[in-house]
Amino acid sequence: MRTHPSEAFTLWGAAHEHGGVSGRFVAGAAARLPLNEMLNGSVLDGRGEELRGRSVLIATRDQFLASMALIELDGIARRIVLYPPDLPFELLPAVIEAASVDAVVADRSAMGPQVPRVQYFLPYAREIVPQQCDRSVQVATEWILLTSGTLGIPKLVVHNLASLAGAINRENPAAPNVVWSTFYDIRRYGGLQIFLRALLTGSSLVLSSASETAPAFMKRAGSLGVTHISGTPTHWRRALMSSSMHEMAPRYVRLSGEICDEAVLTQLRSTYPEAQIVHAFATTEAGVAFEVKDGRAGFPVGVLESMPGVEMRIENQTLRVRSSRTATRYLGDRAPVLKGPDGFVDTGDLIEQRDGRCYFVGRRDGLINVGGLKVHPEEVEAVINGHPEVFMSLVKTKKNPVTGAVVVADVVLRAESSSSVRDPRSIRNDILLCCRRSLSAHKIPAAINFVPELAVAESGKMLRGHV
Amino acid sequence: MPANVRAEIEAEFQRVADEHQKRLAPLTDDLELLGTGLDSLCFAVVVVRLEETLGVDPFNSSENSHFPSTFGEFVRFYENASL
Repeated sequence: MRTHPSEAFTLWGAAHEHGGVSGRFVAGAAARLPLNEMLNGSVLDGRGEELRGRSVLIATRDQFLASMALIELDGIARRIVLYPPDLPFELLPAVIEAASVDAVVADRSAMGPQVPRVQYFLPYAREIVPQQCDRSVQVATEWILLTSGTLGIPKLVVHNLASLAGAINRENPAAPNVVWSTFYDIRRYGGLQIFLRALLTGSSLVLSSASETAPAFMKRAGSLGVTHISGTPTHWRRALMSSSMHEMAPRYVRLSGEICDEAVLTQLRSTYPEAQIVHAFATTEAGVAFEVKDGRAGFPVGVLESMPGVEMRIENQTLRVRSSRTATRYLGDRAPVLKGPDGFVDTGDLIEQRDGRCYFVGRRDGLINVGGLKVHPEEVEAVINGHPEVFMSLVKTKKNPVTGAVVVADVVLRAESSSSVRDPRSIRNDILLCCRRSLSAHKIPAAINFVPELAVAESGKMLRGHV
Repeated sequence: MPANVRAEIEAEFQRVADEHQKRLAPLTDDLELLGTGLDSLCFAVVVVRLEETLGVDPFNSSENSHFPSTFGEFVRFYENASL
């Protein structure tokens, strides 16, 4: 549905389609803007053109501003790197290097001394100026999403607008009456899906804000007439803790990003009896694979063969996915391989079949999913092992009623450690301090247990207790 | 089992708030948990820590129960489990 076949498929171009932009809006906590102003204005002080052909890192605190920069720069920048808000700034230099970033867009005046100087640094303008980039030449911009990597440095996942939008039906006639919202941040795959869904199908969008409580967000979403809303099971469990759930009356409720259990589905159904409740399986690497609409946990075996455009199979107990929605590759030197020679992405998610239904039962690699955010045990262990009194450590998952899982650590102290004279509580606090300095909040162990030893296999590797 | 479940819970809310640099609201019985200033991750940590200090995880035994909504309900949830 391109207006000019020679043009690349861009966010800006596609947002103009489907009956135009009148009546549509994007709302953050501080502002609600008609889409028209976003498409024809600049948040970069009219300097978007200077970023043509560059690799641009968007590192704003506020996702509303990030959403506007995305609209402005897709089709203009060679590459857009989305820096998630929860990632420590200490990791910026590695990301800048791996993605050959030569321009940074931020909503602060300086990034700190540890951040290498890039050619362009654009602090956001305080207001939108009515100016737009020259759209006569547009390119297929690479979109880079960050996910947690084994050694602490995030993996840079390469997508483009076509792969990201592959699961979106852009011909939905009901779209003008739809107002989308999400508990996710749009700098994460799950949130970005909703941002694109709203923009590419002719709907409006209400974004959450880090400065706002969940009840305040739900109240605002309700007042702006949100009809469709997504989040992780953890987001929804948090929402279910509040009476403000009833401030919204969504027709469509979507869950993704974590294993979805019966309990959260049951509670959502009783809160919103009229709504369609859907859980979806997607990963940043594999893209959106399928949706489950029967309201039950897991998915029918038949789903594996019935998704148009998506091939799936279970091999060695894990789900493999091949489609045009998968990412292209990881970026950077020595980057791991994203898909096999046959084009299938191994999601690493273990599947168990019971009575004609498949259930997710965990991860082959021990990756821990804390409220939709991934944690590699090894990266936490590396930080803990950096403490001078620690001999070795094992980081593992613990089931949790709020976030599905949390990270906990078993720690063996050095034999010659002064711990016999030191209070274990003070060593524990010390270790936590190290973790807080270099890890995102969801990666910090909720509990640290001191143990006399850890089981080591004959291979010399620690026994991790997973496949 | 510590004699005062409520005091333990209040202390844990404060510790976790401090660790996560959150400002804790004055804890009253009818305060919604989401109004305490703690986020999901904080509550997840509170549950783990309370299992250590109180020796119970009331959520483990009641998978399908609603998570409490107010601070008062949260305290009673633990008091009942500690009986």
